[in-house]
Amino acid sequence: MDTTILAAVNGNIATIGYGIATLGPGIGLGILIGKTVEGMARQPEVAGQLRTTMFIGVAFVEVLALLGLITGFLFT
Amino acid sequence: MLNFAVAIAPMASSGDGSGASGSEGSESGGIWGWLTHSNGFHAPSILDFFPDAVFFEGTVFEINRIILIRLAAAFVLIAIFGIVAQRARVVPRRGQALVEILLDFVRIQVAEEVMGKERARRFVPFLTTLFLAIVFFNLTGVVPLLNLAATSLIGLPIVMALWVYLMYLGVGIQHHGFWGYLKASLFPPGVPWYIYPLLTPVEALQVFLLRPATLALRLTANMMAGHLLLALCFAATQYFFFEASGAIAGVGALSLTAAIAFTLFEVFVALLQAYVFIMLSAVYLNMALEDEH
Repeated sequence: MDTTILAAVNGNIATIGYGIATLGPGIGLGILIGKTVEGMARQPEVAGQLRTTMFIGVAFVEVLALLGLITGFLFT
Repeated sequence: MLNFAVAIAPMASSGDGSGASGSEGSESGGIWGWLTHSNGFHAPSILDFFPDAVFFEGTVFEINRIILIRLAAAFVLIAIFGIVAQRARVVPRRGQALVEILLDFVRIQVAEEVMGKERARRFVPFLTTLFLAIVFFNLTGVVPLLNLAATSLIGLPIVMALWVYLMYLGVGIQHHGFWGYLKASLFPPGVPWYIYPLLTPVEALQVFLLRPATLALRLTANMMAGHLLLALCFAATQYFFFEASGAIAGVGALSLTAAIAFTLFEVFVALLQAYVFIMLSAVYLNMALEDEH
């Protein structure tokens, strides 16, 4: 029985893993920043405070994506 | 000394590691020969961050390209601030005003915003030092001929994160006393008692391990990713312009544009990461000082 190869991947498959690892943080950043913009539009007077809090949140979300990057190099 | 000359040459155009491909090119005549000489496309790799030793090879004090970059960045930072501080006037001129913008940014936008005016005063020098050091060490990633952020190897970020770590632990213990600080950080008030078995281990992991670890990792990984991105763009440009034949060489213009855009983006990331680092430091210090309500 012949097998037909529709798509083949060569090289390191970890690169695909990193692509997947960015999905979650990407969604997270979208929600986080979008909600902050929403909050700023509703209450411009607390914009500074919101921005500070947003950056703290962004830092936590972003580190997840970067862990994906690091593991790609660690487990080769 | 040849090794030194090769090592500080821009890594982006030599592709894989600085030592290997640089040394073969340097014999074939001139900068141009070196620029255009390569065997096919070299993707940048993690090896870029572990260059060959330049001085004192094999000893504890081994100095490689990254250490030289760190020394250069530290020297420039100290020189700029030494000169500006020496010529400081009550009415600032242009150079001094620029420096004061940076200092004011840390004091007003970060320290006082997070900790409040009274509490912030103690920590402004600490946060300012961290911020400026990180900015200068990050920006070497986009400086021509250096081309490698001094913070892109984890050693330096670990030292900075440890400094913040010891600082907030020390400040917390000073403020609450040893057991008081443990109680305040591990058993946050306002939570029903049956949540503590779940919450306390998470908090312990957070306070004693994850905070410093993520501080160091975030900075390193950002700078590392930035360097790889830039090196990839420039290596592709070099490949398309000098190696590829025919119409495909036009793609080089695209990758060159991308490289320039990413360079600007890296400047932004360098500043942003410094901001995020000290912002989180300020938040951690503030948490250590927080009284129970």
